Amino acid sequence: MSNAVAAPKKGGFLAGTANYLDERVGVAGILKEFGRKVFPDHWSFMLGEVALYSFLVLLLSGTFLTFFFQPAMTPVIYDGVYGPLKGAEMSIAYASTLDISFEVRGGLLMRQVHHWSALLFVAAAGLHMLRVFFTGAFRKPREINWVVGFVLFVLGMAGGFTGYSLPDDLLSGNGLRIIDGMIKGLPVIGAYTSSLLFGGEFPGEEIIARLYGLHILLVPALILVFIVIHLFMVVIHKHTHYSGPGRKDSNVVGYPLMPVYVAKAGGFFFIVFGVIMLISATFTINPVWNFGAYDPSPVSAGTQPDWYIGWLDGALRLAPTGLEFIIGGNTWAFNILLPMIVGVGFLIVVAVYPFIEAWVTGDKREHHVLDRPRNAPTRTAIGAAGVVFYAVLWAGAATDLIATNFKMSLNQVLTSMQILLIVGPILAYIITKRTCLSLQRKDREIVLHGRETGRIVRLPHGEYIEVHEPLDEFEQWKLVDFKDYAPTLARPNAAGKITIGARIRAGLSRFYFEDRIAPVTQSELDAAHHDHAPAVEEKPKKAVAAKKTPAKK
Amino acid sequence: MAFMKNKGSRRSPFAAVLVMAAGLALTGGGYAAATAAVEQVKPASAVASAAQVEEGRKLFLANCASCHGKAAEGSAAGPSLIGVGAASVDFQVGTGRMPGQASGPQLEAKKVQFTQEQIDSLAAYVASLAPGPAVPTEEMLAADGDATRGGELFRINCAMCHNAVGAGGALTEGKFAPALKGVESKHIYEAMVTGPQNMPVFNDANLTPEDKKDIITYLKYVEENPSAGGYELANLGPVVEGLFAWVFVLGLIIAITIWLGAKSN
Amino acid sequence: MSNKSITSADSQEPEHDYAAGLAVIPADRLQDPGLEPHRVRMTDKSVKHEKAAARQVAALFFTSIVGSAFAVYAYFAFPITEELGTVRLNTLLLGLGITLGLLGIGIGAVHWAKTLMPDAEVSEERHIARGSEEVRARAVEIIKLADSESGFSRRKLIRRSLYGALALFPLPAIMIFGDLGPNPGDTLRHTMWKKGTRLAKDPSGLPIKASDVTIGSVFHVIPEGLSELEHHKLEEKAKAAVLLVRLDPADIKESDERKSWSYDGIVAYSKICTHVGCPVALYEQHTHHLLCPCHQSTFDVTDACKVVFGPASRPLPQLPITVDAEGYLIAQSDFTEPVGPSFWER
Repeated sequence: MSNAVAAPKKGGFLAGTANYLDERVGVAGILKEFGRKVFPDHWSFMLGEVALYSFLVLLLSGTFLTFFFQPAMTPVIYDGVYGPLKGAEMSIAYASTLDISFEVRGGLLMRQVHHWSALLFVAAAGLHMLRVFFTGAFRKPREINWVVGFVLFVLGMAGGFTGYSLPDDLLSGNGLRIIDGMIKGLPVIGAYTSSLLFGGEFPGEEIIARLYGLHILLVPALILVFIVIHLFMVVIHKHTHYSGPGRKDSNVVGYPLMPVYVAKAGGFFFIVFGVIMLISATFTINPVWNFGAYDPSPVSAGTQPDWYIGWLDGALRLAPTGLEFIIGGNTWAFNILLPMIVGVGFLIVVAVYPFIEAWVTGDKREHHVLDRPRNAPTRTAIGAAGVVFYAVLWAGAATDLIATNFKMSLNQVLTSMQILLIVGPILAYIITKRTCLSLQRKDREIVLHGRETGRIVRLPHGEYIEVHEPLDEFEQWKLVDFKDYAPTLARPNAAGKITIGARIRAGLSRFYFEDRIAPVTQSELDAAHHDHAPAVEEKPKKAVAAKKTPAKK
Repeated sequence: MAFMKNKGSRRSPFAAVLVMAAGLALTGGGYAAATAAVEQVKPASAVASAAQVEEGRKLFLANCASCHGKAAEGSAAGPSLIGVGAASVDFQVGTGRMPGQASGPQLEAKKVQFTQEQIDSLAAYVASLAPGPAVPTEEMLAADGDATRGGELFRINCAMCHNAVGAGGALTEGKFAPALKGVESKHIYEAMVTGPQNMPVFNDANLTPEDKKDIITYLKYVEENPSAGGYELANLGPVVEGLFAWVFVLGLIIAITIWLGAKSN
Repeated sequence: MSNKSITSADSQEPEHDYAAGLAVIPADRLQDPGLEPHRVRMTDKSVKHEKAAARQVAALFFTSIVGSAFAVYAYFAFPITEELGTVRLNTLLLGLGITLGLLGIGIGAVHWAKTLMPDAEVSEERHIARGSEEVRARAVEIIKLADSESGFSRRKLIRRSLYGALALFPLPAIMIFGDLGPNPGDTLRHTMWKKGTRLAKDPSGLPIKASDVTIGSVFHVIPEGLSELEHHKLEEKAKAAVLLVRLDPADIKESDERKSWSYDGIVAYSKICTHVGCPVALYEQHTHHLLCPCHQSTFDVTDACKVVFGPASRPLPQLPITVDAEGYLIAQSDFTEPVGPSFWER
């Protein structure tokens, strides 16, 4: 395939260009190496791409916005076209945001594109992380790439928050005020850090320009660097694939990069961009003109951060009353510190999870075939518990909206959330684990006895029986190809001592693998086939022979 | 915008009616009915006749006295209405909050149970008991004030409960500040003067009639001008935007990825 | 489960020659049947379908052309004027044109790939990340060589002084941020309020008479003179904002020392939440509760603004007030404690 490109004799413009490039940058070698690289095809593998493409859209629309936005907090009198703010005093930043919205053709469209794609970027990254988690794609050799992806998620939140604050309207100003309050609550360094960040007292006249520097330079540069690392590692590891016939840890099955994947992934960029554009053309996001200029005295009902910071805001709301103590003459604001500790702790657990699981299983092999979530019941249950924990914190940021829209008491909603934050994850863990185990049992049943057909047959001796249709070998393989782990005991080390580490590990391995359903083996399958009268299992028509023979050989 | 300017430059009451009619034609159905009621305010703000007061007293005895007492002196079931003024009656009955029904955290607006004429009579009766805030005149309600000033005043005095564009918000223990969209100017004004339920009172020393007019001007501007960015997601802010991004935007994209990953036949 | 053995290596895949840990590898596991047979598409079987698909792809690309052209047209044809509605129209039509331009290309390309490009899945071998023993040996060799040539291990003094230098070199990078802002000093303890400052309405700055404040009303208050400040107006407002309400004196639970801080049932409290600083502005006139819309901390105005619900811990600071000779409300002094969020040195 690369022959035509690599060694053009005489030819048209294309061949000439290819030759030119090859002789200067060795493009033929690159194409030979990567041109037919195989990518597995599955919808859930596109989620990371959605995040990547949203980021590209962010870069494009953001660059447009920088041409018009002025990150200065100097007060001016607004003299633009928006009626209900004409003559109002506001910062240059807010005035220029209004001008982008009302006086630049396509300006509002680009603001909305930028904001919608920011929401989508973090959402897609989050969903991508969930896919990676629940399919066990973070296992060796991808642990480091999980951490890189995690850093990207956190950088996405940082990019989002610094951008949220830039318009300097009432909403973003109150968001900054909350940040200021949280920083002040830090032990020892709080008041100093706040003063440094804001260049004096809140709100000062510095913060917007400082956040702007972070938002358009440092954060996107870091995101870009980490994306490059992330994708580089994907190329090194090659993509994982779901278990299926012919899909092994030693191969990758899918479509070649050129032409199929280039067309699909390239086309998908345009689709993601197009969907963002469609939403931005039709749905308002962050109508800054509604909120007015920032003023420390007013606040609007429903003052909330963008969704990806919501869980931290929820954590602040859910802190119980009376957590502030004066110890040794100094103020310990645990009503602020506790939510921060919970939030940071949660993030750390997410970041190091692959290492915890690797330690527990002790499995040092490379894993390229993905787990079906049900085949790793404990991991799936832990994931579900984490999702519920996050979701409750997230919903905690919307207690007021939940209360008004569902006609409930704000106070009761908040109290229920506090309870749910503890109880919810435990319930989710138990329910998910049990569900996974029963799904696995069902899979075993299907493999051993075939699918229920709903056809009742009367046997010669009068017994009624339902006919089960055996699986073909390809379907069957999907149900039996998974990794199975058995719990271990704490064993003494070389010195004959049982270390604490060994005990913890044994405890964890019991926690993980005590309840397990093993995949069906050949002997179990044979035994199952023996137990049945042929009429019970076989399809009465010719398909039976065709299907059964290969399975037996 | 054109509609607003016309309203601002009118000269005679007759012109006002004409413009109002044009406004009705423009803004259509539901709002039309609401605006029509404003025109009927005039008789209520005029000095009430003895007959009207008597008519109001009868209505009061039949519909209100069981809770508020035979002479409006109040009881365990309802507060005294002496001195609450005609504005309070016009607001409470005119928005359907009164007569109250099932007990809840707070009384909610519902279908109005009386004609405007009956409401005026009730108001006249209650106003005759002791002086109190009167029903605002049409001039006080015209949305021709300073929207910028109104916006600022609204944000400082009202937005923390009612949201920056009047989309409503939560209070404690199941109470809430209602959305202001579609609420008649008259009722907005009356709510400010009388402070229904848990809403504080904004007397004329706090917010002058001019201030109140500006606030109404701002609210009507927001109500009549659809968002420049396209469909509003109920103006409830980032939470709703986040939900929309997850459910609809990401949902739509996932639907596309499924199409993309499916084998063609 | 008796027919299984726990082994430490996966015998089936020799190239992954690592410990399998707790993994159970049964001796008689089912065998992988290999790739499924390829299913032929309609577009491969029938020329008619193939041509139709090709036409659809072209049509999609053509739609994109139309969309982009329309976007350019819309940019000029629907300009933005003083009318708010024109912004909406411009955003909508320009956006829809671009949408069509993008989706046409995207959907077209994917449709092309799905229907007309080969759809047989291919298999490619993976290579484990770990280098071969030879490569690893060579890598170790290089490191050792570099070490011996540089003397990194041998020359302790150089090595240790390098560690020291590396440890200290980021220090200036941290110090250099020192001038981002001044030390807080005592700014967090003082506000604009002082003895005799009149309470004024926010935002007009007009002073408030005690007689103006009727029961059930709430005034949003700033110190008189704040509006005229040349500098740091917002900074001062962020600390000095006050909420003024009049209660029935019978409702107020006042401690003895604060008896003189109110005037005839009129009390003034800081509007800045003691949690993280949002304006606590929702006053319920019947319950006399103040609610913060950000995190739902609730304060009881009748009881020294103590926290009755939510994450805040400290009561809102009270501003001692009285009236002057003309009947205007004035502050007796500054707040007696820092307002706003907690901080270490409070």
